[in-house]
Amino acid sequence: MIKKVYNKIEEWLDSRYDLSPVKEFIAHKKVPVHRHSLWYYLGGITLFLFIIQVLSGILLLLYYKPGEDSAYESIRFIITEVKFGWLVRSIHSWSANLMVLFAFVHMFSVFFSRAFKNPRELTWISGFILLVLAMGFGFSGYLLPWDELAFFATKVGTDIVGVVPVVGETLKVILRGGEDVTGATLSRFFGIHVAILPAITTVLLVLHLLFVQRQGMHEPKEFTELPEDKKKYIPFFPDFALKDLLFWLIVFNILLFLAVYFPWELGPKADPLSSAPSGIKPEWYFMFMFQTLKLLPAHILFLEGELVGVLGFGLVGLLWMLYPFLPFSRSEKKLQITTIIGVLAILFIVVMTIIGYLE
Amino acid sequence: MSQTRRKFINTLLGIGSLGSLGAIFYPVLSYLVPPKIAEAKVKSLKIGTVENFSPDSSKIVKFGRKPAIIVRTEDGEFRALEATCTNLDCIVQYKKDTKQIFCACHNGIYDLHGRNISGPPPRPLGEFQVNIINDEIVITQPG
Repeated sequence: MIKKVYNKIEEWLDSRYDLSPVKEFIAHKKVPVHRHSLWYYLGGITLFLFIIQVLSGILLLLYYKPGEDSAYESIRFIITEVKFGWLVRSIHSWSANLMVLFAFVHMFSVFFSRAFKNPRELTWISGFILLVLAMGFGFSGYLLPWDELAFFATKVGTDIVGVVPVVGETLKVILRGGEDVTGATLSRFFGIHVAILPAITTVLLVLHLLFVQRQGMHEPKEFTELPEDKKKYIPFFPDFALKDLLFWLIVFNILLFLAVYFPWELGPKADPLSSAPSGIKPEWYFMFMFQTLKLLPAHILFLEGELVGVLGFGLVGLLWMLYPFLPFSRSEKKLQITTIIGVLAILFIVVMTIIGYLE
Repeated sequence: MSQTRRKFINTLLGIGSLGSLGAIFYPVLSYLVPPKIAEAKVKSLKIGTVENFSPDSSKIVKFGRKPAIIVRTEDGEFRALEATCTNLDCIVQYKKDTKQIFCACHNGIYDLHGRNISGPPPRPLGEFQVNIINDEIVITQPG
């Protein structure tokens, strides 16, 4: 019965739009099988978490009220009064963190397997921009509950923008909607979080996925060097898609476990006239940058320490994004410079993050 | 002839397009910068009577749009400093154990005259003049 209806619909569509290119594509899409195949699933998991973000975010929108006098109260209303409101909010927060985590792991797996190389430079760049956007989502979303920690984290985060030479101060005022972090900042961050970032992210995400579909999965060097008959592939539909689904289910269960047993907290309401509490810290994925800025001396040569830090991170980020175009990224030596750079980057991030949490 | 005419038309179109883009982006960019809200410039502020402050305590008050920290030292002296850390804009606090001004965001430390003595702050905190008139504390921006 269902099959019949399905066939009817397909016929109807096919006779009007000619679905053969799509069918052809689906039938021939295949995924290489080798000992590093596991890494292929990370991008999909990140995508899955993004979908959860969109859906849970839409649910939160139904009750959230931006504004100095209503934001905090509306979040409290969501987590105390609305049925399953605590769960929706907790899922939104946890899934945001997991999404950034998986995006980072996905990025490093691509980096170490050199999947960014010709012809996939643009996939790498669009992916990096997506990670930056995800961090922008995290930063703007962090302020929305308008609690103490969020307030000071945003003060610090936006003040850092101010140290950029020439345009910094204007950028800071634009971002904050004034000289200080106030209700105006909250309005702006809300708009950025629910309209501007989603729009840009959608475009880039579509591009990123199109690039991947057009070029197929990257095959590591050891796989391409195998004789043709030793290369193993599985079809994308249904084999790989089902495995994808399995991973999504596992991640979904982990997410639910975290959301239920470790519900996201809401601190005391922000008070612009109180001292910064001790233990103020940004979200974990900003910690390594935050900690680095903290460790820099007030002055380095004739420049302010934080200016050096901010410019340094900006420069490193830019180089990281353009990595596929740097001459040494194509090196084929045994101990590749790419491996060394990747390991150093991870070490730096991990060590700085740990120091940040130990203090 | 037709070549120069085409060139002429293209230039005209180009200038027109640039003008249109400018006419769109200039208002949008200006819109992004929030207008300055006019506010009476605060020169001095009464913050209460001496009895309101016990020795070895502090309080944050609003001076104009900026926070200020009032500290009454152990020997009863009053100090008033700008409360915004010169490092990254957090609000500082008075540490009773060390008798210093401390910023919890990045462990910046100032002495009770606002001088930055350790941690990342690049500049001292501005100090207000404190006058006690008829038991009432008045802080004044210097200069």
